[in-house]
Amino acid sequence: MSQKELQKRYWKANLAVLAGLLSIWFVFSCVLSIFLVEPLNEFKLGGFPVGFWISQQGAIFIFIALIFAYVLIMRKLDRKYGVEEEKH
Amino acid sequence: MDIQGWTYLIVGATFALYIGIAFYTRVKSTEGFYVAGHGVPAVFNGMATGADWMSAASFISMAGMISFIGYTGSMYLVGWTGGYVLLALLLAPYLRKFGKFTVPDFVGDRYYSNAARMVAIFCALFISFTYVAGQMRGVGVVFSRFLGVDINTGVIIGMVLVFLYATMGGMKGITWTQVAQYVVLIIAYLIPAIAISYQMTGNPIPQLGFGSKIKEGENAGLYLLEAIDAIHRDLGFPEYTAAFVPGKKSMMDVFAITIALMVGTAGLPHVIIRFYTTRTVQAARWSAFWALLFIGFLYTTAPAVATFARVNMIQTLHQKAYAERPEWFRNWEKTGLIKFDDKDGDGVIRYTSDTKSNELIVDRDIMVLANPEIANLPAWVVALVAAGGLAAALSTAAGLLLVISSSISHDLCKRIINPNMSEKQELRYARVAAGFAVIVAGYFGINPPGFVAQVVAFAFGLAASSFFPVIILGIFSKRTTKEGAIAGMVSGIAFTSAYIIYFNFINKAAVDKWLFGISPEGIGTIGMLLNFAVAIVVSRFTAPPPASVQEEVEFVRYPGSVRTDGTSLPGPMVH
Repeated sequence: MSQKELQKRYWKANLAVLAGLLSIWFVFSCVLSIFLVEPLNEFKLGGFPVGFWISQQGAIFIFIALIFAYVLIMRKLDRKYGVEEEKH
Repeated sequence: MDIQGWTYLIVGATFALYIGIAFYTRVKSTEGFYVAGHGVPAVFNGMATGADWMSAASFISMAGMISFIGYTGSMYLVGWTGGYVLLALLLAPYLRKFGKFTVPDFVGDRYYSNAARMVAIFCALFISFTYVAGQMRGVGVVFSRFLGVDINTGVIIGMVLVFLYATMGGMKGITWTQVAQYVVLIIAYLIPAIAISYQMTGNPIPQLGFGSKIKEGENAGLYLLEAIDAIHRDLGFPEYTAAFVPGKKSMMDVFAITIALMVGTAGLPHVIIRFYTTRTVQAARWSAFWALLFIGFLYTTAPAVATFARVNMIQTLHQKAYAERPEWFRNWEKTGLIKFDDKDGDGVIRYTSDTKSNELIVDRDIMVLANPEIANLPAWVVALVAAGGLAAALSTAAGLLLVISSSISHDLCKRIINPNMSEKQELRYARVAAGFAVIVAGYFGINPPGFVAQVVAFAFGLAASSFFPVIILGIFSKRTTKEGAIAGMVSGIAFTSAYIIYFNFINKAAVDKWLFGISPEGIGTIGMLLNFAVAIVVSRFTAPPPASVQEEVEFVRYPGSVRTDGTSLPGPMVH
């Protein structure tokens, strides 16, 4: 495969990764923390109403995990499509 | 030793440390001054970003703010952390690959236009100046409360300190002092939080403690959040954990503000440039991860602190005789941050939601600053909190000053006015500009405009409606043209500022006229959408960007690709 072709595929794969991770980001930052917070508060997680917990704690943990996943996935993609950086 | 003695000792020691670091990280090149020579390891860049980002507002005010509004405070928590996901996925790696010094660099080069560069310079300066004034004020306030120094003297001490390490070491000096400041501020935040969590619930981890049961006192055995909801009901406040009940913000407004804060965070120049400082693209991605992890320690603790402080304050003061008020109340009364107004003249403190009969006026900042005293922690912990507040304010101020300085010396003087300027000359301009910025910031710190709080909303709204869309389009859409970008930025900024100015300053009472029920704080969301829409539409009807620019866009997309002129990432530093 030519380098151009590889780069094209890499970019496509990259956009798919972004779409997946950003959907999770939206679900936690807006859907569960805001739109569905009231119904979720009907359920309890120990002393926490679930919606309240997600909006003040859970979402932040998910954000950290999302970036972590992103770094690992991209490292793999960079190598797979031969666009990784030289070692310094 | 008393509180003041400890404070002098700890604050003095941390200041000596910052100056020492600055001295060891002096720089002689513009690359060193603007981006720390692209040589900062990811973990340390994460810490520096954490300190850069967490300002006096995060450290001193946020927990207090949440403690008064309960659930609604989530918009700050989610907004100011969720923005990092956008930064990490959509901006950081590409801007690092681009490999220049500033945000206007990217906007000007990508949109092949000095007009776009000028708009970007204007936004960067406006955002950074509004932000920095608040930081200097924060420095002054901490000095006056804990060291008994006059506020203005405090501001001047802070100015001299920031000036020293910002001009000597530029970004390199700022980075390494920020690393130290992160350590100071996070320790200062966590120690009192852990102690209070253990005192109230028996669980030393605040993140778990605030979902646990209260250990002793009148509400013993109740879950903390149940107790606070019950207390709120009794006093006539909306329940703490309830979301969109009367007396709290609407769902639409919370949504708009959350988005505006997330997008604004991702568009703040002093945060973005931190990702220019790493050696590689992969390191820029890791930096974003470390940054959010380090920020997360404080941001997941803050809502716990908010809850503890709220319960603690009401339990120790409500329905208690004023004559028997606790020691900390006496101390903080002097600062005017907490006031008792005996309306019914019976000498008993009554705290209610009804402003006509409420007798206790509490400033939100007291929730963090007085926390260690409320919990009877030793004097050195109180002193540590003072040092932490200073670290938070100074580190953010330094990052902002660098943006101001580089906008003037690099973007304006070098890229627009005199491209032939030598590196030595540019560096001199950069230092002079930093000095000038410190003085202006200090002036606003000593003579604060009465509208600092509204102005911060302004900074976020502008960042959201100006930079974020054009940077994203610049990377993800080759077709976006200079005409599109300029029209997008101008309409985004014009709309957002007009809305904020009208509803914050001209017609504050017109709450019923808010567009879709969105407050000025959240209007950046609409401004951002407008910017996107205008930029995309105008780009369709204008000539596509030149081939060289499209090639540059290709270049930033692939971590390992090489520019057509053969340049790749900067190699190991030789400075």
